[in-house]
Amino acid sequence: MIEVRDVTKSFGTQQVLRGVSLDIRRGEAVVIIGRSGGGKSILLKHLIGLLQPDSGVVRVDGEDITAMNERSLLRVRRKYGMLFQMAALFDSLTVDENVGFVLRRQGLESETEIRRRIDEALDMVELPGIGNKMPSELSGGMRKRVGLARAIVYRPEIVLYDEPTTGLDPIAADNIDRLIRRVWETLHVTSIAVTHDMKSARTISNRILMLHEGQIYSEGPTSEILESRDPVIYRFVNGISTPQKSE
Amino acid sequence: MPVQLIHQRFRSFITQLGEISQLLMESIGSFRHQRPSWKDFLYQLQFIGVKSQSVVITTGAATGMVLCAQTFLQFHKVKMDTATGAVVSIGMSSELGPVLAALMLTGRVGASMTAELGTMKVTEQIDALRTLAAHPVDTLVVPRFLALLASAPLLTAESVVVGIVSSWWVGVNLLGIDSAYYLVNMTRYTDPPDVLTGLIKSLVFGAIIAVVSCYKGLTCQGGAEGVGKATTEAVVVASISILIINFFLTLFLSRLFYS
Repeated sequence: MIEVRDVTKSFGTQQVLRGVSLDIRRGEAVVIIGRSGGGKSILLKHLIGLLQPDSGVVRVDGEDITAMNERSLLRVRRKYGMLFQMAALFDSLTVDENVGFVLRRQGLESETEIRRRIDEALDMVELPGIGNKMPSELSGGMRKRVGLARAIVYRPEIVLYDEPTTGLDPIAADNIDRLIRRVWETLHVTSIAVTHDMKSARTISNRILMLHEGQIYSEGPTSEILESRDPVIYRFVNGISTPQKSE
Repeated sequence: MPVQLIHQRFRSFITQLGEISQLLMESIGSFRHQRPSWKDFLYQLQFIGVKSQSVVITTGAATGMVLCAQTFLQFHKVKMDTATGAVVSIGMSSELGPVLAALMLTGRVGASMTAELGTMKVTEQIDALRTLAAHPVDTLVVPRFLALLASAPLLTAESVVVGIVSSWWVGVNLLGIDSAYYLVNMTRYTDPPDVLTGLIKSLVFGAIIAVVSCYKGLTCQGGAEGVGKATTEAVVVASISILIINFFLTLFLSRLFYS
């Protein structure tokens, strides 16, 4: 479904991605792990065409999106939903208007049908009846759940999550993880998340890719990666800052 | 290294000019892809047009009164008191009205647009918009662009009228100019092209404010500091562009109407 081949990306003199290649198949739940500042979010933004690589190719269903202009990308992006790190809700709109943004903009359905789908999405993220609130009135966890409702209300094929549990307390983070899992299971979407939260990675993925020094260092089933004895993976998964003598 | 610095600045200037022109073309071309949202347009029209009136009226009145007093003081020396109205009327209609209204709009509306779009950029709201298959130019730039094109000439006309009326009041009641002569000379020497010049200028200035402010907001980088910097740059670039383009428009329009 998504193919990434030899993607490189630099910002000024700093090379963030150094020839990343990966494949994501339809219906998978993939998590990309790696250190903070290692380019995970940059890679995620390449998958939806928010950033263009310096070299390399990103194909979505066989179409090279790196060769597309912003208008052509709009068509491809209809396949995607994305939850941002800080939710990125439109702060001048209510929750209801945020969630229904795409539906109302497309204008393909009646207001009754739009209303029903907004309520359905808010029910799915366990936030019924908050449609009239403004984003500034919501907690961090609630904002992320509204962001998730906005990302899934139009039934995308692929949902991207950028650090979905960052900045949340453990209970709110667990709640988001459960919702991501539920979205993947019930809507049968392809789920791609970047995170450095190992508990979250265990809950929401069936395959993990590790980004290290600008390249995919390793990939495999979730349990295999989390139990790996490879020193780089082991240190990251277990949060060990320097190599231990016992290793 | 001054040569390198000049080269870098020049390159940056040309790049920005190119990107601003591209944004202008995209805004105009947007109509082929997406019909502008009436709701967004009316919201912007209310914010730009209705809420800017007090600023524009005050500017027009103050300018008209000062221009009247200064012109009178000079003309009085050569016994041309009654020509004051004509000078104020032409000056306000073709130059001061459009330029000062545009500068006030740059400060009030342009700065606000850049700050709003810049904040949206740094909080990833613009990226969110793009992921929702909405083009930022269609959604954010076009309603503001159209609202400024509609508002700027109306606000300028309002400013000019208020300026002329207030200058008449100052001239007649405080400076002792005969009202009939004031009005006759004013209408005799003020031609329709003077008024048209002001309105055409205001339309161009409205487009400049919209495109420069939106461009600076959409290309804003960093956090709060980046938004502040972009807002300052938007006001400076738009104001200087208005002043420079005003000169060329004056030459061009005077040739067009009077040759």
